[in-house]
Amino acid sequence: MKKLLAIVVGKAIAFSAHLLTSVRGFWLGTAPLPETRVYFANHRSHGDFVLIWAVLPPQLRKNARPVAAADYWLRSRVRRFIIADVFNGIAIEREAADRQVCPIAQMAQALDLRQSLILFPEGTRHAGGGDLLPFRSGLFHLAKARPEVALVPVWIENLNRVLPKGEILPVPIACTVTFGKDLHVEPDETKDAFLARAAAALIATRPDAKATE
Amino acid sequence: MTVDIAPSWPLFAAVSLIPLLLATFVDVALRWRVAEPGPGIQNFHQRVGSWWVMVSIIALAVMAGKTGVVLLAALCSFAALREFMTLTRTQLADHWALVTLYYVALPLQYYLVWIDWYQLYAILIPVYAFLALPILSAIRGDTTRFLQRIAGMQWALMICVYCLSHLPALMYLEIPGYEGKNIFLIAYLIFVVQLSDVLQYAWGKLCGRRPVAPGVSPSKTVEGLLGGVLSATAVGTLLWWMTPFGVWGAALMALAATVAGFLGGLVMSAIKRDRGVKDWGHLIPGHGGFIDRLDSVLFSAPIFFHLTRYFWSTI
Repeated sequence: MKKLLAIVVGKAIAFSAHLLTSVRGFWLGTAPLPETRVYFANHRSHGDFVLIWAVLPPQLRKNARPVAAADYWLRSRVRRFIIADVFNGIAIEREAADRQVCPIAQMAQALDLRQSLILFPEGTRHAGGGDLLPFRSGLFHLAKARPEVALVPVWIENLNRVLPKGEILPVPIACTVTFGKDLHVEPDETKDAFLARAAAALIATRPDAKATE
Repeated sequence: MTVDIAPSWPLFAAVSLIPLLLATFVDVALRWRVAEPGPGIQNFHQRVGSWWVMVSIIALAVMAGKTGVVLLAALCSFAALREFMTLTRTQLADHWALVTLYYVALPLQYYLVWIDWYQLYAILIPVYAFLALPILSAIRGDTTRFLQRIAGMQWALMICVYCLSHLPALMYLEIPGYEGKNIFLIAYLIFVVQLSDVLQYAWGKLCGRRPVAPGVSPSKTVEGLLGGVLSATAVGTLLWWMTPFGVWGAALMALAATVAGFLGGLVMSAIKRDRGVKDWGHLIPGHGGFIDRLDSVLFSAPIFFHLTRYFWSTI
C-alpha cells in the first residue's frame, strides 16, 4: 500500500515538475550511461533533486538516490515519506554534533551497492547573488573514499525562479539540467584544490543563457 | 453573390486538409527517394508530424464545443506565457506578481471569455493587471530595473493571454444569419494565418532576395511576404462561403489577418533576437515553442475579432 502510494506520488511530482518547468536534460560532457556515479549540482531550491531525477532516463533514475539533509527532510511524516519512500533518498546529518553515523560511510555504502548519488556540495540552498556557495568538504571525502567513481557536475538553470527560497507557490518557468564532463580526485590533490576544481567544473557546465543576466 | 454553400465540417475538413495531405505526400515521397535525409528533410518530417498532432488536438477541442475551445486556448496561453516569462528578466521580488499572472489573471481572463462578459475581459489585463503587477512588485521593495521588469510582465500577459483569448471569444459574437456557425470563424482565422506562414516560408525559399528587416530576421523577405500574404489571401477569399463576410469582405479580412500575422512574427523575432535565442521553446518538434507557432495568430486574433465585431456582429 505504501509502495503503491509512493509510486503514485512519484508520478504526480514528476508530472508537476514537467508542467511547471518543461524541463530538458542536456548531456554535454558525458552520456547517460548506467554506471555508478555521483551527480553533484548547484542548490537553489527544494525541487533541485526532483528535476535531476525527472531528466534521468528511467533505467538510471531507479538507481539514483538523492542525498538530503536529515534535519529538514526527516522533520515531518510527509517529508520523510517523500524523501525515503518516493525518492529512495539518503538522509544525512549536516551538523557533526547530531551524527550517529558518518555521512561519508552512508554514501560510500550506497556506491558499493552500485547505486548512484545526487548531492549538493554547497550544503544548503543558495539564495543570494553569485554562482555558488563555497563547497563543503563532503564531496572531497567521498571522492577520496571511492576514487574510482566518476563525479558528474550538473547545472540546474532557472529553478530558483520557479520556487525561490522562502516562497510557497511555484510559478511556471522553463528549466534546463546540464550534465558536464565528469571528474575524479587526483591521488595527491589537496582538499581545497579539489573543491575549487569541482566548483569550476560545475560553473563551466552552466549554459550561456542571456535571460538570467 | 449570395452565400449559397453552408459552412459544414466535412467540407471544411476536405479543403483545409489539402495542404497537410500534400505536405504528407511530399514527406513520404522524400523519405522514399532520399536514402540519407539531411537536417532540412528531417525538420520537414517533424513539422508535418507536429501539424497532424496540432490539427487533431484542435479538432478534438472543437468537438468538445465552446468549453473545449476555451480550455485549449487557455492551455496554449499557459505554455506561451511560460516560454515568454523564461526569457524575461524578472527578479525574485516579482514572485507575487508572477503568481498573480499565472494563477489569477490567466484563468480569470478565460473565465470571463467563457461567460461572455466582454466589458470586463476587454479591460481586465490592459487596466487591472496593468495596475496590479507593479503594485505587487513594488511592495517587495526591489527596484532593480523596475520599469523593465513590470513592462516585461505586462507585455507577456497582453501577448500570451489577452491577445490569444480573442480567438475563443469569436464564438460568442452574434452575427445575423450565421447563428451556430461561429466556430468556423476560428477555423478560418487559424487556417488562413497559418497557411500564410507556410506560404511565406515557401515563397521566401523559392525566390526570396530582399530581407524586410535584415536586423531582425534574414529569412523574412519582401518576396516571401508578398507571395505568402497574397496567395493566402486568395485562398481565404475562395473560402468566403465559410464566413459571414461575403466575397470581398473575406478578401479584406484574410488580408488584414495575414498582414497582422506577418507583423506579429516580425515583432516576436525581434524579441528572440534580443534575447539571443533561435526558438521560444522546444515543445513542438520541428517548430520550436508554442510562441513560434502562435506568434502570427497572437497578433491577428484581436484585430480579426474587432473587425468582425464592428462590421458584422449585432453586439
